[in-house]
Amino acid sequence: MGATTAAASGSGGAALELWDVSKAFGTYLAVDNLTLTVPSGSFFALLGPSGCGKTTTLRMVAGLEQPTSGAISIGGRDLTGTRAHQRQVNTVFQSYALFPHLTVLENVAFGLRRKRVAQPLERAAEGLDLVQLRHLADRRPSELSGGQQQRVALARALVNNPAVLLLDEPLGALDLKLRRQMQLELKRIQTEVGLTFVHVTHDQEEAMTMADTVAVMNRGRIEQQGAPAELYELPRTAFVANFLGQSNLVAGTVVERGSDTIGVEVAGTRLVVPTSRAVSAVGDVLVGVRPEKIQLLLAGQEPGPGSNVLGPGTVTDVSFAGVSTQYLVDLGRLGTFTVFAQNLVGGATLRVGDLVSLAWSVDHTFGLAGDEDAADGTADLDDEP
Amino acid sequence: MSIAAALSEQGAGAPASRPVKRARTGASLLLLPGTAYLVLFFVVPAVALLATSLYVKVPGGDVGQFQPAFHWQNYVDALSQFWPQLARSFVFALIATVAALVIGYPMAYVIAVRARGRSMLQGMLLVLIIAPFFTSFILRTIAWKQILADDAFVVTAFKWLHLMAPDGRLTATAFAVVAGLTYNFLPFMALPIYASLGRLDPSLIEAGGDLYANGFTTFRTVTLPLSMPGVVSGTLLTFIPASGDYVNSSLLGNSTDTAMIGQVIDARFFKVLDYPTASALSVVLMVAILVLVSIYVRRAGTEELV
Repeated sequence: MGATTAAASGSGGAALELWDVSKAFGTYLAVDNLTLTVPSGSFFALLGPSGCGKTTTLRMVAGLEQPTSGAISIGGRDLTGTRAHQRQVNTVFQSYALFPHLTVLENVAFGLRRKRVAQPLERAAEGLDLVQLRHLADRRPSELSGGQQQRVALARALVNNPAVLLLDEPLGALDLKLRRQMQLELKRIQTEVGLTFVHVTHDQEEAMTMADTVAVMNRGRIEQQGAPAELYELPRTAFVANFLGQSNLVAGTVVERGSDTIGVEVAGTRLVVPTSRAVSAVGDVLVGVRPEKIQLLLAGQEPGPGSNVLGPGTVTDVSFAGVSTQYLVDLGRLGTFTVFAQNLVGGATLRVGDLVSLAWSVDHTFGLAGDEDAADGTADLDDEP
Repeated sequence: MSIAAALSEQGAGAPASRPVKRARTGASLLLLPGTAYLVLFFVVPAVALLATSLYVKVPGGDVGQFQPAFHWQNYVDALSQFWPQLARSFVFALIATVAALVIGYPMAYVIAVRARGRSMLQGMLLVLIIAPFFTSFILRTIAWKQILADDAFVVTAFKWLHLMAPDGRLTATAFAVVAGLTYNFLPFMALPIYASLGRLDPSLIEAGGDLYANGFTTFRTVTLPLSMPGVVSGTLLTFIPASGDYVNSSLLGNSTDTAMIGQVIDARFFKVLDYPTASALSVVLMVAILVLVSIYVRRAGTEELV
């Protein structure tokens, strides 16, 4: 645990700020006027699909790319225009980028040697303790498993006690089980060393599990940023609603404006949205609800008070997923809704062809601007990385 | 056949031994043509060369008439007479190798690293390196003779710039021989280094920068060590043929103070018809190169590299 205290006794990370940063590659605008503040010591996730500009943003912070315009500062010092080796920032690369000609220990000592830190090998060995790999210090990276290489890459970045640690999809190459384990491990290490972590990922579950703050990026811009639960419960754009988890979105028109709620006419049915949860309270809007918030009602069953109700519709698909069952319900003109029902009694309770109504609490309803594409951010099979 | 062996090995372990044996016979059959070729055109001539190097003159015989013997004195005589040429060969080859490395490494670096991702440009630059091979080796060396001639523009320009004494010359000098060797073997240096650098993961260079190494330090601690396999094969492919070369020394040098061992062997064999001395020198050259190369490879520690 000596390593922990050694690393934690450092600066404890610094705040990272990006001001109006843009990056163009030829005519392609990868990052579009991005302004972002990452508080010191926080675990920050940049989440977005491939090609959204998140990796370019990370590389600009690392100094591996220079912004076309805008400024980047760390701990209040403007770093725009400085080179990678001049920045107190370290990166865990997606491919790990371990030096194949050096031992694990020498890999970890690389940055310490460059900074002329006293006793680099002892410090590197302590860094390996942090990721529990000291016993592999004399191996070559090629003799290690993917998960071990990943931890060496993490140790190599951490031992330098950087102001900001950048993680570029570091878990992308690991299998699912190992990835879960490493997510918890990373979170533990971040809490222990207290450094500022900026994590780039396209995996929304990974971002939500680990980060204090998640910024959802799309087409070079940040769509929304906040604590994972906040983003999930109250998405402000259709992209966030669909990319972070799943959402049911329907288009409607505001027909009534109360003191704290608005009434939205959706294909002949009136839905109620709390004003505080609506992006727009006039004209055309999108009304949304998360699939697990919906209750399925059979004929004769009454919805609770303060509920929005749609339907009846026909169950078109039932897929059992252990913890829950996913139902697809065809609501005719309103399209198909997805519903997750917890398997409290075991097994699926409804069958394909059953007629059901959908009910959910007004408090779980959210409203988005009506000019948005309701399908924005849904999984596009051609788009997967 | 070997696929069948592999499959059966993956399945039940027990019946694997018979197909493996058959696969081995198959492998040795495949090796047969190569082995036969090497025995016929390398082992037999090498033994013949060794035997010839120990021959003695037929008593009272004509020039060029020898008979089998074990006359080890041939080696002593050959070495005591021609050691300066032998030493010069290695010195020239060494200088040419170092020069080719100094010129060839940056060429390979630019093509492999700087032009990475621009395959059109890379292809064009590689063709430029290989293009000289389209012309004959002899012709190119003779062309160098013209370029370095006393009244050609290189010498004139050097004299005008006072980089050379008014009576200085380049042709028939050690400089011309080494320059010729460097030029002729440059592609053999540049191409293996290019191949090595081309395999280099660019994120390793970025990782160097990320870990506080400036451009030069990253080159010294990451790029150069990882390109060592290319450097080692490049230097071997340059040094070995350069130390035995006689075309450059005969065409660009003079017969006295720039003569290399290849030139001596050539003269001994075809002009003086002194076969034992020529053979002895060939054997010495072969053994010397073998010893030098094995020391070098061991020192360079290529087995540690991936």
